[in-house]
Amino acid sequence: MTATHPEPAGNAEAQGRAPSSVAYDDWIVKAFVVATLLWGFVGMLVGIYIALELPFWPANLDSPYLTFGRLRPLHTNAVIFAFAGNVLFAGIYHSMQRLLKTRMFSDALSQIHFWGWQLIIVAAAITLPLGLSQGKEYAELIWPLDIAVAVIWVVFAVNFFGTIAIRKVKHLYVAIWFYMSMVLTIAMLHIVNNLALPATLTRSYPIYAGMTDALVQWWYGHNAVGFLLTTPFLGLMYYYVPKTANRPIFSYRLSIIHFWALVFLYIWTGPHHLLWSGLPDWVQTLGVVFSVMLWAPSWAGMLNGLLTLRGAWTRLRNDPMIKLWVVALTFYGMSTFEGPLMSIRDVNSLSHFTDWTVGHTHSGALGWVGMAAFASVYYIVPDIWKKKLYSRDLINLHFWLGTAGIVLYVVPLWVAGITQGLMWKDLDASGNLVHGAFMDTVRVLLPLYWLRLLGGLLYLGGLVVMIYNLVKTVRGEAAEPAAVPAPAK
Amino acid sequence: MSVESPYAWHRRLFEGRAAVFAITATLVAAIGGIAEIAPMYSATLGPKPMEGITPYTPLELAGRDIYVREGCYNCHSQWVRPFRDEVKRYGEWSRAGEYAYDRPFQLGSRRIGPDLMRVGVRLPSVAWHYEHLMDPRKVVPQSIMPRYPWLAEDRLDPEDVRASVATMKKLGVPYSDEDVAKVPEQIAEQGGAIANSLKESGIEVAPDSEMVAMIAYLTRLGVEGHQALAAREGDK
Ligand code: HEM
Ligand code: HEM
Repeated sequence: MTATHPEPAGNAEAQGRAPSSVAYDDWIVKAFVVATLLWGFVGMLVGIYIALELPFWPANLDSPYLTFGRLRPLHTNAVIFAFAGNVLFAGIYHSMQRLLKTRMFSDALSQIHFWGWQLIIVAAAITLPLGLSQGKEYAELIWPLDIAVAVIWVVFAVNFFGTIAIRKVKHLYVAIWFYMSMVLTIAMLHIVNNLALPATLTRSYPIYAGMTDALVQWWYGHNAVGFLLTTPFLGLMYYYVPKTANRPIFSYRLSIIHFWALVFLYIWTGPHHLLWSGLPDWVQTLGVVFSVMLWAPSWAGMLNGLLTLRGAWTRLRNDPMIKLWVVALTFYGMSTFEGPLMSIRDVNSLSHFTDWTVGHTHSGALGWVGMAAFASVYYIVPDIWKKKLYSRDLINLHFWLGTAGIVLYVVPLWVAGITQGLMWKDLDASGNLVHGAFMDTVRVLLPLYWLRLLGGLLYLGGLVVMIYNLVKTVRGEAAEPAAVPAPAK
Repeated sequence: MSVESPYAWHRRLFEGRAAVFAITATLVAAIGGIAEIAPMYSATLGPKPMEGITPYTPLELAGRDIYVREGCYNCHSQWVRPFRDEVKRYGEWSRAGEYAYDRPFQLGSRRIGPDLMRVGVRLPSVAWHYEHLMDPRKVVPQSIMPRYPWLAEDRLDPEDVRASVATMKKLGVPYSDEDVAKVPEQIAEQGGAIANSLKESGIEVAPDSEMVAMIAYLTRLGVEGHQALAAREGDK
């Protein structure tokens, strides 16, 4: 067993025990945790606002700065790069120091990374409502900010690989592989997709035109999903699930196979965003085939996570953190089943352009990314502030608010997407459109949009409960060393 | 270690050697992108401008930049798929070559509102667009689109537009030096024509307003492609 399983029982445990001489940099972890909660709140609040604008147009307030078209990119950038980004940095700085038994390579670089990233977020929150945008989804930030992102990312990369270079543990644990794939691949995607010629200080035009620009953008777009919202979160899963459940990873073999499969397959799938477009057929076909193949390694990762918890099933009933992970992994499995399905040409002909896509997005975003983020932060805060968690009941409440919120968000949008998709396609016997007026296909969605808004409110309510719980924790009593599941440092 | 793990090679080759691991992972991740994107630049495999498609005029380009600024792509696609219902609703399906001068591309991924690929064919009236942008519900009852009244107030800066045209030229869009030199005149000419035809409908708006630029852009969308495809049809 030890030989086939190089990360033996309590792998993360064993790796987390630092020589007493190592002083980890916990300040940086705390800073990223605070930023996660702050920007998570702001980003989701903007999500709620745009969710209101759809069924209730007067909420646009006739203000250029508040129209749906300008705020939607603010929402997506805030939740992806500020909420998900900061929680990944928190988790990476927390876990990698412990896994490699060393302090970060350079405190100065950590600080530059933190403040640089927050400044970029503030700049984004100002420029996007001003309408300063490149007009490419998830790559809206204007060129000076793109350069800032690239510079800060390099700072992070140097710090990351520097830390690996000075590590006290010879072999890299699987969580580190996944982090590494994010650091490298996101740099490549960001730089290539944003190559552009500036016309003014705030405006530039891409070096790619038309369909080529579209292809490059969705190569970037889908892999932002792949290498920001998926692989590094799997890295968090590989560290925090064993920690939380106090059990070793189910299968080392599975982690090797699905790691390489994800890294190889993900990149090809971008064209599933451009099915039935002018993109050459063979490229579309590659996108479909690789998307369908991606199902297998995605589920391998989900199973590896869930089966790690298999010995902890008895705790499932009363340990809310395990419940959070179970929901996160389940939604990971659901959205990675749904995604390949939506990549099939005939399914996509119905789902594309509709709310089905948005439902899929949020089953991944709220279910997987959000829940995994929360579960990780619930582990990190007591650990680094060395406090006892204020209330498990409140985590339980958060769990239920979050889960109910996801269901109320996703189910109405499935209904909305399929309904509208079918209405668009509806032809009568003589081949005429049954719903010739586009507005007829919008009106039916409005009640479902209200339900989604309610789902969003519940989900955000869960986050507020979390923030309260964590503030109380930090202000509360110190942890008794024995009561903490984490090893003594 | 008692038994050699079947995965000992992975441990030896990668997990203990970060540089090898990192470089291999990067190469493995790069393959798919190179395989799909590089052929776009080959003369036979890549998209080529469709015959009959001309670059945007300076005023239309300014309008397009406003379209991007307002984030219209968050609700509107510019992409008709080759299905019976879409062709009925929106017109000819989109060909790759029609997008040749689109930087950034604006295909979009959502249809909260209808497709705009051929809105210039479907809705050629400048007055309709003026009314619609000022208050969508005036022409489309119960529309959920925001109002854009500031477009009628805000003015274009011809020098700013010139910077765009010059940049596009550097990127290979076939504008002549004269085109770049005459940006202000071209804006005044095309804007004046649109403002005049709005006046005939009793609408007063400055020829160099953002509204006029936006209308210039919208009413040209898809028109050339539609004509070129109709001509192709006629040849048969
Ligand atoms: C309170 C929670 C949230 C609410 C109410 C909310 C609401 C919305 C709304 C209304 C849209 C526009 C949908 C449309 O185009 O019709 C949207 C888009 C989006 N949101 Fe959220 N959101 C929330 C949380 C999140 C989170 C946590 C993430 C990511 C981690 C996220 C990622 C996205 C993305 C990627 C899109 C673009 C989707 C697409 O293009 O299909 N959202 N959200
Ligand atoms: C095997 C994995 C997956 C595959 C094959 C896949 C496939 C797809 C497909 C086909 C679409 C619709 C494209 C369109 O019609 O426009 C889509 C949209 C999307 N997916 Fe996934 N998906 C996967 C997993 C995920 C996960 C786990 C997340 C989130 C964490 C996610 C986030 C998104 C987002 C944000 C969009 C909307 C993009 C946009 O239009 O702006 N996907 N995905």
